[in-house]
Amino acid sequence: MTEQTRERTAGQGTPVATDSVAAALADVEGDGLAGYNYAYLDEHTKREVRRATLKAVAVPGHQVPYASRPMPLARGWGTGGIQASLSLLGPTDTFKVIDQGADESVNAANIRRLAADTADVATTTDTTEADIIQSRHRIPEEVLTDEQRLVLQVPITDPLRTVDPSDAANRRRHAHGNYGKMWVHLYESVVEYGEIDIAARYPTMVAGRYLMDPSPIPRWDVPKLDDSKHLTILAAGREARIYAVPPHTSVEPLAFEDRMFTVERFPGQACHACGSTDTYLVAVSEDSESGGTDDAEGAFETRHVCNDASFCAKRRENPDLPKDHHLDPSGVDWGPATPEADETGGDWV
Amino acid sequence: MTVLSVEGLSKTFDMHVLGDTQVVGLDDVSFDVREGEFLAVVGESGSGKSSLLKCLYRTYDPTAGRVRYRGGDGEIDLASCGDRTVMNLRADAIGYAAQFLDEIPRVPAADVVARPLIEGGQPVARARERARELLSALRVPEELWDAYPATFSGGERQRVNLAQALAPKPGLLLLDEPTSALDPETRRAAIDLLDSYLGDSTTVVGVFHNSGVVEAVADRVVVLDDGQVRAVVPAAEYDGGGLG
Amino acid sequence: MTLLDASGIEVVYGPGCPQCVESTGDRAGTNQCHRCGSIVACADADIDVEAGEVLGVVGESGSGKSSLAEALALDRNSEATVDGEVRYAGYDGNLLDADYQTRHDLRTGEIALVHQHIRDGLELDVTGGGNVAEKLLAAGWRSYENVRERVRNLFEETEIPPARMDDPTGTYSGGMQRRVQIARALSTEPDLVVLDEPTTGLDVSVQARVLDTFRRVQREEGVAAIVVSHDLGVVRLLADRTLVMHHGRIVESGLTDRVMEDPHHEYTQTLINSVI
Repeated sequence: MTEQTRERTAGQGTPVATDSVAAALADVEGDGLAGYNYAYLDEHTKREVRRATLKAVAVPGHQVPYASRPMPLARGWGTGGIQASLSLLGPTDTFKVIDQGADESVNAANIRRLAADTADVATTTDTTEADIIQSRHRIPEEVLTDEQRLVLQVPITDPLRTVDPSDAANRRRHAHGNYGKMWVHLYESVVEYGEIDIAARYPTMVAGRYLMDPSPIPRWDVPKLDDSKHLTILAAGREARIYAVPPHTSVEPLAFEDRMFTVERFPGQACHACGSTDTYLVAVSEDSESGGTDDAEGAFETRHVCNDASFCAKRRENPDLPKDHHLDPSGVDWGPATPEADETGGDWV
Repeated sequence: MTVLSVEGLSKTFDMHVLGDTQVVGLDDVSFDVREGEFLAVVGESGSGKSSLLKCLYRTYDPTAGRVRYRGGDGEIDLASCGDRTVMNLRADAIGYAAQFLDEIPRVPAADVVARPLIEGGQPVARARERARELLSALRVPEELWDAYPATFSGGERQRVNLAQALAPKPGLLLLDEPTSALDPETRRAAIDLLDSYLGDSTTVVGVFHNSGVVEAVADRVVVLDDGQVRAVVPAAEYDGGGLG
Repeated sequence: MTLLDASGIEVVYGPGCPQCVESTGDRAGTNQCHRCGSIVACADADIDVEAGEVLGVVGESGSGKSSLAEALALDRNSEATVDGEVRYAGYDGNLLDADYQTRHDLRTGEIALVHQHIRDGLELDVTGGGNVAEKLLAAGWRSYENVRERVRNLFEETEIPPARMDDPTGTYSGGMQRRVQIARALSTEPDLVVLDEPTTGLDVSVQARVLDTFRRVQREEGVAAIVVSHDLGVVRLLADRTLVMHHGRIVESGLTDRVMEDPHHEYTQTLINSVI
């Protein structure tokens, strides 16, 4: 936090002493934040964001413009997600922030700290304990409930920008539900690669009406949005758009009848840390003997580990912990299980 | 039975580009054609022979008169019926062969002949076979069947043209000097084909300039002069007068 | 069966005024309104097309034939005011007033427009096959293999080498691009295709083959067509009936051979006599 920012917002509360940078920084940890409005944003901004969010919920998948504010971090670092989260948080809420599956990245920790300091919320890394989860590029492995809200950070809001850079033309396409161009993109992808070659930001039809960019989550996570119990809010700060997938809304990845949507497959792999075979794994290279250094190329080996760090930690304690362990009813359908995914994949590879 | 009754048919052209002058093509022409009859129309150059055929086919709009045609669906006045009625008749009842082939560029001869059959709903293979039979009967060299008629001699083109007009066996066939560019031998072949291929079911009104052809094929002769009918006589009594 | 029935079609570029129609046209000798300066591209045009029939529209540049064709193909032009009535078999009401969805359904189903300019109709950096596939996909086709097979058949039917299917359309020759447009137009088996100047930009040697291909497919599929051209040869080759336009009015109509060989209207006679 810079002094300039503080001076601009200082009119609403007690100014922070600015004798020296060191003193100011010390204040940030202390009473200095008392100078800010609750949850950092002023009430008008929160109302604006909530209005946009309500409209987004009312028109699932439709991109609703809102007055995105400057935030104390650069646009593109989750400013949209932060505004959506801070507009929703109340003092009794528990907040979790994930950055590509990890709670402990610098960015996730900073966002969590901002919310804790300005909104007086409790924070957690346990998915099942959170009321609001802000996430970048992942949806947690543990099943979300109808008491939870997921806020996804969005860098690019319009899935059609891949096929046409003109936002004006794309808005007309959305208005008319005319997605022929995206279908041609999928067709050409199959022509070139034999399958639909889209790793993340998979174009997804919401409630049979609007085509949505589900943010850069892996394909693994897309089915979790379909008929989910929780509310998902997708917010972009730079592009000033909010859209949403309300609970129990159909979310269908675009694909051909005979070139189906498939999730990532990890044949023969299990998490190196917890042994899971039904979670989204990422490959990491590390030194097989010591902690791993950059120079000894031959000494590296590739290992797969869970991307969802907090669930991986639970699985290390209890390897048989189901993804819906916290829920009463059985038969919860949440995302793909790896063996089934392999079967699906076998159909057309 | 009378298939065609031409009554008081007249055609005047208003030539706006020539300072609104009027040119008379046909003047009060009347005659009957019986079913299965081969009627030859003769007359000197400019006497209105082609204009008569074009009025019957409605390439020209007659200015006055009636052309009562008795086809499968009762009587129709060809001089006044609507464009779509004409289109339907052309599709399956009335054929026309101009003196020269009005070919489509870069379409092979066999396809030119087969096309009306295919458009009439015949299977492509059968239509092609029929086309080859007709071209063969008209002595068009086989090596030309798959070549473009644009490169053919006048006689060859005329034979392709005749084959195309004969192919669908229309009930009423209008021929405008279809043998004018043929040598005596191929003309003989063309006449034989008219006889054998069409049989008695087709009524023909044909413009001819050669008395030999008229004698060989015609039942009766209409002699035109300056747009008017001078005489209608049985072919046997026709003395060859009025040929251009 | 009457497929398309249009009456009183009027297309005006400019502000428009009550005198626009009476101060323009064949008799007035201009298509520009002397009072307000608007261009009356087309007025008082009545047209009907039956199933399977080909209607030619001829006239010199600026005679209003493309404006008329666009109105009939329900192609909206934001600069023009379009008036009149277009009715289409199986649809209720005046389609000039239809909402987007109805027009979209018609344009992806029953009516196809082949644009005069290739760039208006094709994406040159998309493959030739992709350009044809788009129409099918927009019409709701969802099987990749079915789309591939249909595109391959259309390529064969319109005589484009199927081996070129997966090359960018920009690498095709002009004649092949025109064929791709035609294949695209025919892909969803429309009842009516509107061809606007189908020979524009094609070498003379290619024109005839493209037209013949269209004519053959048109007859085989029984699709009706409206062919707009300044080239009498094009219309003579394709059309059963022909309209002649001059200064935004239809001055003559009839069977194509009748219009060509026995033209009644002074302008038509001039036009026929101008053919080189």
